Amino acid sequence: MKVNLKVWRQKNNNTAGKLVEYSLDNISPDMSFLEMFDVLNAELIRKGDEPVAFDHDCREGICGMCSMYINGRAHGPQTGATTCQLHMRSFSDGDTIVVEPWRARAFPVIKDLMVDRTAFDRVVQAGGYVSVNTGSAPDANEIAIPRTIADEAMDAAQCIGCGACVAACKNASAMLFVSAKVSHMAVLPQGQAERKIRAERMVAQMDAEGFGACSFTGACSVECPKSISLDHIARMNREYLGAKLTSENV
Amino acid sequence: MKLEAKIPEGPLAEKWARHKFGLKLVNPANKRKYDIIVVGTGLAGASAAASLAELGYNVKAFCFQDSPRRAHSIAAQGGINAAKNYQNDGDSVFRLFYDTIKGGDYRAREGNVYRLAEVSVNIIDQCVAQGVPFAREYGGLLANRSFGGAQVSRTFYARGQTGQQLLLGAYSALSRQVANGKVKLYPRTEMLDLVVEGGKARGIITRNLVTGKIESHSAHAVLLCTGGYGNVFYLSTNAMGSNVTAAWRAHKHGALFANPCFTQIHPTCIPVKGDYQSKLTLMSESLRNDGRVWVPKRKEDSEKIRKGLMKPTDLKEEDRDYFLERRYPSFGNLVPRDVASRNAKYVCDEGRGVSKTGLAVYLDFADAIKRDGRKTIEAKYGNLFEMYEKIVDDNPYETPMMIYPAVHYTMGGLWVDYNLMTTIPGLYALGEANFSDHGANRLGASALMQGLADGYFVIPYTVGDYLATIGPADKVSVDSPVFKQAEQRVQDQIQRLLSINGTTPVDEYHRKLGLIMWDYCGMSRTEEGLKKAKKMIQELKAEFWSNVKVTGDNEEMNQTLEQAGRVADFIELGELMVDDALNRNESCGGHFREEYSTEDGEAKRDDENYAYVAAWEYKGENQPAVLHKEDLVFENVKLTQRSYK
Amino acid sequence: MSWVTQTLSSSLGRKVIMSLTGLFLSTFLVVHMAGNLQLFKGDEGRAFNEYTYFMTHNPLIITVSYLLYTSILVHALMAFVLTRHNQASRPVDYAFKRPEANSAWSSRNMGILGTVLLIFIILHMRTFWYEMHFGSVPMAEYDGKQYKDLYTVVVAAFSQWWYVLIYVVSMVALGYHLVHGFQSGFQTLGLRHKKYTPLIEALGTYVFAILIPALFAAMPIYIFLKANNFIG
Repeated sequence: MKVNLKVWRQKNNNTAGKLVEYSLDNISPDMSFLEMFDVLNAELIRKGDEPVAFDHDCREGICGMCSMYINGRAHGPQTGATTCQLHMRSFSDGDTIVVEPWRARAFPVIKDLMVDRTAFDRVVQAGGYVSVNTGSAPDANEIAIPRTIADEAMDAAQCIGCGACVAACKNASAMLFVSAKVSHMAVLPQGQAERKIRAERMVAQMDAEGFGACSFTGACSVECPKSISLDHIARMNREYLGAKLTSENV
Repeated sequence: MKLEAKIPEGPLAEKWARHKFGLKLVNPANKRKYDIIVVGTGLAGASAAASLAELGYNVKAFCFQDSPRRAHSIAAQGGINAAKNYQNDGDSVFRLFYDTIKGGDYRAREGNVYRLAEVSVNIIDQCVAQGVPFAREYGGLLANRSFGGAQVSRTFYARGQTGQQLLLGAYSALSRQVANGKVKLYPRTEMLDLVVEGGKARGIITRNLVTGKIESHSAHAVLLCTGGYGNVFYLSTNAMGSNVTAAWRAHKHGALFANPCFTQIHPTCIPVKGDYQSKLTLMSESLRNDGRVWVPKRKEDSEKIRKGLMKPTDLKEEDRDYFLERRYPSFGNLVPRDVASRNAKYVCDEGRGVSKTGLAVYLDFADAIKRDGRKTIEAKYGNLFEMYEKIVDDNPYETPMMIYPAVHYTMGGLWVDYNLMTTIPGLYALGEANFSDHGANRLGASALMQGLADGYFVIPYTVGDYLATIGPADKVSVDSPVFKQAEQRVQDQIQRLLSINGTTPVDEYHRKLGLIMWDYCGMSRTEEGLKKAKKMIQELKAEFWSNVKVTGDNEEMNQTLEQAGRVADFIELGELMVDDALNRNESCGGHFREEYSTEDGEAKRDDENYAYVAAWEYKGENQPAVLHKEDLVFENVKLTQRSYK
Repeated sequence: MSWVTQTLSSSLGRKVIMSLTGLFLSTFLVVHMAGNLQLFKGDEGRAFNEYTYFMTHNPLIITVSYLLYTSILVHALMAFVLTRHNQASRPVDYAFKRPEANSAWSSRNMGILGTVLLIFIILHMRTFWYEMHFGSVPMAEYDGKQYKDLYTVVVAAFSQWWYVLIYVVSMVALGYHLVHGFQSGFQTLGLRHKKYTPLIEALGTYVFAILIPALFAAMPIYIFLKANNFIG
């Protein structure tokens, strides 16, 4: 099949970018979307042009590195999947496909389709952990955790940190990402000791990074490759307000 | 060179405890005077960096990904083994030890493997305390499953995402230390050289992948936690960025590389579709519990299927060859990974493979669905079937799945002693990057265990012994000539790559190398083939350095340049793998030499002559590597031939 | 910065202010609705005028009404602040977007809907509230007591088709604003539960987004039809 691409090209963060058109023939419908980009890049290199820079690593939907905004949607038209899990058979012969990087103040463009998502790391550093040193843990079965609670924690914990929620949100809000981590720790007994300070610090860091506020449009959850639920955002709101009203931190 | 494994004396079960007591300690007030570099932030790297920072050392952690959380440990699906015996089914530290030694075809050290089994129980405790949401029973206690043909249920899991959850646990511990100021993170930074001075590792040279800046980092010790080298085959289940560069450049400075030919081929991967294929996807081994593996009996039927003239479901029962059940009546479809993989290759080599490429066999669930109902199968494998359908666009409930083996894990790696120290003092290798614990074949759900054992529970003890010996003053400044020279070397290589300005993209060399390795140093190897491969690799290397095309500059984000450096190292490693495979005149685990097999094609191990670790020493560009042998001593297990008939 | 200002200036705190003022305004709609139903009574406005008298003279109601005015102002101002903040969170927008694939139109356009409602409230208050408090409203006498005859003002206003049209359009906007806003207010407060959220959603949709705006819209239409003799 043949596809026409409009790809965002930007040399680095200090220069302006623009959409550049390419067209590719002989694309197999069985190719993954990123393999189609490999083909494009091989052609560009042969011509002596700069290949398109984009983030990718595991190419099986778990590392969270790939991050393309395809035809107006984070990770493209498929739901519950990352860019690397998208295949060309989701498009038709002759389609024009617009590919842009994630857009958010907190995710500055590094080059072409590649953005800097270290803001997420800093949010986790603000409190997304249980403070337990290596070697000090009691026996794993010392704490019984009801299966429903463990499942709920797992639902939240499976976030891959790709940033599609931010990319899809009209406000570039990181609420789904942050709440998934807050929620994961808040439901587990292990997370109780730092429950309040965690919610307070992680939200403060989220705001400091320049993410927008939540308008509860639900776009984040729809575009999330792991379909993480909006319930976690509600829980974080609850956790944060409860913490602010009752914690010892003035 | 005499290889000193430093395995402690005494009874197996007391070795580690005795050794720990014998190790020197660093005074708590002095720990802050030591700097440690950790390269790689997967399970081994993140757990080591966090644990060492908790002790009070100053840690610098490097990864080429944009965040430590993305390291490829994240992709492990199945689970993590631990000898907890929570299921009351007869598991013990000794049994896990025994299974690992036997599963590794008796090519691993008893002392290391026993320690691994011993600390496996602490790993689960640690991870649960961090908040890792392992699967649980309704009563709230931890659930286990049997994995990879193990006779006991000792595998802990978190849905199909155990690796991800364990890594996120280690990443959270690491993040806490970053917040405490004890770890400084360097994401999107690649190690390009090791700095050795006075015979000790002194630091590393890195390239900032965003700006291209070459930087020096000095430390008292350097830990390589850089994973395996499966991408030497181009197509593998490894992440696209997984590479051997850090380990290989350390090897060039004198770190011996052990058993490079021991690679694991996983039988249940989604087959290759076309030349554009960039990466292979693994499907959980658990599928073989219910799926039956077959190909058509006759070549003609396979041909018809390949051309789309016939559907597999149309083929009559008597025209199908359930080759694993036929050859291994007692284990059937559940034979170990290496045996299942090799047999799939044989039937495809005979021309009986399916799919357009002819490189696939069926994994059929029709009988299981008939027996247990679609609901049961859906509950067990629903997500895997969905993943398969997403990639292949076939519905496995209606037509048999297609699978083919793919490179998955590398048991070989940098040679390390019992302290995980390489042959360069101050340089350590942890996790898949070292060779130590899996012998010639790794058991399912043991990779996660080893990475975390090394990082959480071994290195925090052993690195202290070295640091206490050298003292805090024994450090080299980044302004010293040895660092400047190393920076220059790295600059020179980059300039060389950029200035070739040939015609062929890097990818193509990588693909060619992968094909050579797969054809001649893959599932089954022969002396003739290996010799041919060696020559082909040498030619490929020459062509690479004269005709590769690397676009752009150093002073920017340049993925082509990154890749070029990695492929250059893979080519050299490929040659060493071939040397190692040629040297090992036996078949064991993932290494199968056709000349050394029984009449019906089963592996023939040679314990008399090859019960050793082959550790290779680099002797310079285009010079033959020198082999050093570390004899393996077995005092607690009896060496037996594996049989699955 | 004290913890109070810190909380209220965080993105979550600002949303809480939006939620509390918004939900308070929703409860006011119910009261306002109940009162306005007097218009349908067919008693030449006596019940309505007595009701307006009560509303402008009861000390408790007067106090609450100031809270109400404040809520409207705070809700609007905070919406403005949040919108600016949200826009700043994405300085470079996408060239091509397909938001309809993942979210409801109303949820993405609360600002526009809110602006329509704010203009409507100003117009509404100018026509009735201002007239009632500062204008010259004719007087009516019931049982020997003088009342401001707001009913006559209402009828005069709603006899004009374009004025009725503005009301109807605004009530449609109100419906869209509440279909998202009502349940969103609970989400912001963290009040989400698989047992109760469906109830909140049903209440928000059927009562607040459909029934209340429909009844409000029915009043001008009814009076218009009556005043122009389309109905008896």
